[in-house]
Amino acid sequence: MSAAGKGTLSSTGNRAELLALLKQELGKNGSLSKTVLTSLADKTGLPLNEIYGVSTFYAYLPVAAAGKNIIRVCGCLPCDLKDAQGVIGSIKKELGIEPGQTTADARFSLEQVGCIGACDQAPAMMINDTVYGNLTPAKIAEILKSFK
Amino acid sequence: MAEKRIVLGNCGAIDPQDIESYLRNGGFKAYQKARKMKPKAIVEEIKKSGLTGRGGAGFPCGLKWELARNTKAKTKYLICNADEGEVGTFKDKYLLSHDPFGLIEGICIAGLAIGAQQAFIYLRAEYHFLYDPLCRNVAQAKEKGFLKHLDIKVFEGAGAYICGEESALMNSIEGQRGESRYKPPYPPQRGLWNMPTIINNVETLMNIPRIIDKGAGWFSAMGTGRSRGTKVFSVSGDVARPGVYELEMGSPLKELVVNLAGAEDIKALQVGGATGNIIPGYMMDTPLSHETFLGSGAVVVFNSTRDIIDIVYNDMRFLSEESCGKCTPCREGTEVMLEILGRLQQGDGRERDISTLEELARVMAAASLCGLGQAAAVPVLDALKYFYNEFMDRVDQSHFLRSYLGGEFNQSKEAVR
Repeated sequence: MSAAGKGTLSSTGNRAELLALLKQELGKNGSLSKTVLTSLADKTGLPLNEIYGVSTFYAYLPVAAAGKNIIRVCGCLPCDLKDAQGVIGSIKKELGIEPGQTTADARFSLEQVGCIGACDQAPAMMINDTVYGNLTPAKIAEILKSFK
Repeated sequence: MAEKRIVLGNCGAIDPQDIESYLRNGGFKAYQKARKMKPKAIVEEIKKSGLTGRGGAGFPCGLKWELARNTKAKTKYLICNADEGEVGTFKDKYLLSHDPFGLIEGICIAGLAIGAQQAFIYLRAEYHFLYDPLCRNVAQAKEKGFLKHLDIKVFEGAGAYICGEESALMNSIEGQRGESRYKPPYPPQRGLWNMPTIINNVETLMNIPRIIDKGAGWFSAMGTGRSRGTKVFSVSGDVARPGVYELEMGSPLKELVVNLAGAEDIKALQVGGATGNIIPGYMMDTPLSHETFLGSGAVVVFNSTRDIIDIVYNDMRFLSEESCGKCTPCREGTEVMLEILGRLQQGDGRERDISTLEELARVMAAASLCGLGQAAAVPVLDALKYFYNEFMDRVDQSHFLRSYLGGEFNQSKEAVR
């Protein structure tokens, strides 16, 4: 790391704060846009490409603009067996978006993700940090309404 | 053999937010005992108990500790792996929610034994709702004076399955991309920031206070072969009562899946997550242990309506998505397998696909950098071993579909997509 001494994060020790810093910025800005990452690079003294590399590695550090509420539906086996695809279908119908997309009013993003550890309540999804389990396609409209 | 609740013993019996309730239930008694022991004696006790890692790899815990203890260094680290990302596993979430002080006591004792001054609990991002409660639990333990020798920091991950792999986890704590490292050096010699580091699963650490309290002999009397003590399982899929169960090591699969979880129609099971073994339903008498099948203790049950190719396709979709991309056999191998399984799933398979899958599996197992790539083909190989006919039937159906539909086939496939 050539940035030693320039910023506040060195290549050892306190670089451990990078993930937490990225999460802070994410909380403030909603996504980790180029502007956000550039200012973080200036602040920390880490090269922009390093920071970009780290944030794009992790699913919870989105660099693309995301909706205000991120819906993550588990598509792994235990949920898939219990009709996760039906749940996704219901969300698609309700919001008019495919997994990987964000609604035009930027209220919701939809993602199909790997196991979220709620297999005993399959099919399950997370909206932001809250887990919703034992879903049926019919329950979706009601749940989404509480976010509107 | 009924359920044997040892690690789960406090779950439901104590208030997970109140250290007083844990103390009333005999909490930190083992820690007080360990404080009077020489660190070396603690390590010896754990070695004697035969405790093995509960996260999936099953490495002897005491041996790992001894390696770290014997490495000379200014600083040593202890990491609790709470990045439970293995498909079908939710036992650590259950333990962290219901008995967090049991984990903290285990960490305190492990810290004494290996001489660590700093410990991390690496919590997966999906369990964010546990972050604040865990921080409060640590603060309570500190207030009571149990953390004078050791600082515990709860470190939150950011959504990457591979960070459950120990070297990727350390990179993640260091603020790097969570890619696996080349081994050796192994973490007990050079781990986090190149210092000796012990990484133990939540369940492994929660066994520690029990062993110190009741003795290695008590612990090693349970289990079979090199699998000692109990194991906490997460059961899901086609069962009446999905949930967390604890059984003595070596208990038959049937006890867990049929008697406890209430499965009736069992075509197959997958034990140990997305890289776990697939076992046909007629092998229900198999004992659950490191010698047979265990992994992280995830058991997913499939009934007779389930398609085995769908199952391995779903596993592979997950693994190809979660491969960290550092080494070629895993990054490319999982993608090629996904492509082949996807064609088979859609009725566009060929005989050659079977031998290609087998050849790829050999290369990935031999040449991948870490457990993800090495074991990615395990379910595929098991499916081929036990359900070969289903693959061959699919290849036959594919021939028929191609000849019958001819040019229309590709169009209909597009429509399916």
